[in-house]
Amino acid sequence: MAKITYVEHDGTEHTVEVKTGMSVMEGAIKNNVPGIDADCGGACACATCHVYVDPAFEGKTGEKSAMEESMLDFAENVEPNSRLSCQIKVSDDLDGLVVRMPESQH
Amino acid sequence: MRGSGLANPGAPDLNARVVIIGAGHAGGSAAAFLRQYGHTGPIILIGDEPLVPYQRPPLSKAWLKGEADADSLALKPADWYADNNCRLMLGVSATKIERAARRVVLSTGETLDYDILVLATGARARTLPLPGADLKGVMALRTAADAEQLKAALGPGKHLAVVGGGYVGLEAAASARALGAEAVVLEREPRVLARVACQQLSDFFTRYHTGHGVVFELSAGVEGFEGRDGQVTGVRLADGRVLPCDAALVGVGAIPNDELAQAAGLDCVNGVVVDLEARTADPAIFAIGDVTHRPLPLYDRMFRLESVPNALEQAKQVACAIVGRPAPPPEVPWFWSDQYDLKLQIAGMPFDADTILVRGDPATAKFAVFHLKGDLVQAVEAVNSPPEFMMGKILIGGRKPVSRERLADSSISMKEVAA
Repeated sequence: MAKITYVEHDGTEHTVEVKTGMSVMEGAIKNNVPGIDADCGGACACATCHVYVDPAFEGKTGEKSAMEESMLDFAENVEPNSRLSCQIKVSDDLDGLVVRMPESQH
Repeated sequence: MRGSGLANPGAPDLNARVVIIGAGHAGGSAAAFLRQYGHTGPIILIGDEPLVPYQRPPLSKAWLKGEADADSLALKPADWYADNNCRLMLGVSATKIERAARRVVLSTGETLDYDILVLATGARARTLPLPGADLKGVMALRTAADAEQLKAALGPGKHLAVVGGGYVGLEAAASARALGAEAVVLEREPRVLARVACQQLSDFFTRYHTGHGVVFELSAGVEGFEGRDGQVTGVRLADGRVLPCDAALVGVGAIPNDELAQAAGLDCVNGVVVDLEARTADPAIFAIGDVTHRPLPLYDRMFRLESVPNALEQAKQVACAIVGRPAPPPEVPWFWSDQYDLKLQIAGMPFDADTILVRGDPATAKFAVFHLKGDLVQAVEAVNSPPEFMMGKILIGGRKPVSRERLADSSISMKEVAA
């Protein structure tokens, strides 16, 4: 279980408990946190779950796969700390994680 | 209690009483978007399956292979609905819409008043009226219950016959192989994916599946199913052969569940006709998802799409219309499929295309097929090629002309092609 704070582009914060094993994307979707669309449900096929990972957690969120890297390359407003939240698995290590969302996923 | 919608049917009203018929991906998402957008009125979600809204795509992929559990399929946890003042009525169907009274009659005999009605009744698997089609083990793959039945029939040494070489059939065949079962795909047309993909893609998938041990019978007429003690044991072909099987999956397309709308006098053409707000000709009735015949503004035509992105796009449209937000900009239709280690991503529709152009080499299982109309990309089918898919989608949406020569040259990056 990890407490994750999702920050919408306008600054609105949503802090929710997310079960270990779920993805950061699922944590948002299941709690109806706006700003993450996740059109493909986590298949790494759409790049509509783009988030910016708080630098303090960058080392704990795992490596990007080639597929994720490639999808992100064509998303809008990509930064070095951009990730597809469907590819970040939640563990106890991520307790306190903060992710910010881009203005739009489309 | 009704909201103020009664005086001005269909006008934006945060207090409107919204009844959604169909608790699939479209219906469930519409309820969620309404709450996200600040809708305060009651939401009643009616579903004929006994399950909270869930994702169907994994049923032929990750779920079937045992890589996803039931909880992960659910759109929202079960308690989300009560917590958000959404009344879920499961195992119930609507039998009649009384438009003048703005009321829905349910299979339980109960009636429900609405200010806004959303039809999200989806589509159902087309069945084959063949001898033996009612045998146990002859199945479709549409619902979680179907998927449970299919999964139980698969495993090492089992034989699956797939009737219909479409995406559902091919995904199921790939999952069957992953589970150690034998799979044969029977297709009436001379190639698989005949309705939905180009020849190049059909050839590629046939070769790839063959390499994974799937057997294909193309241009095959299926005459019926053989059985013993009520259980299917084989598929009988027009040439007289009987292919033995433990289960036969029939995946030959879907039919929109638009009968309720038709009976209510709503315009239906292979689905319920809606506009870009997902509204029917009745201002108090919307329709979303697989059941709709909808405008595709990029292609100047109406079409019925069967996809999750379509369900989500229209769920947003209806939620915006109900709460009075501007309609979201139209999206490029897109689709995906996972088979083995292949990720197929499709953007756009190949309508009016005059040229098919292959970028990359299919022999490497990393290539994309572009469908062009003049120098405009109409659609792209990308296998293990996210840049081609992502940039293709941008080019389609922006109607941006490209050089065919540069597009065909995979040594030039997609960003440079589109620059």
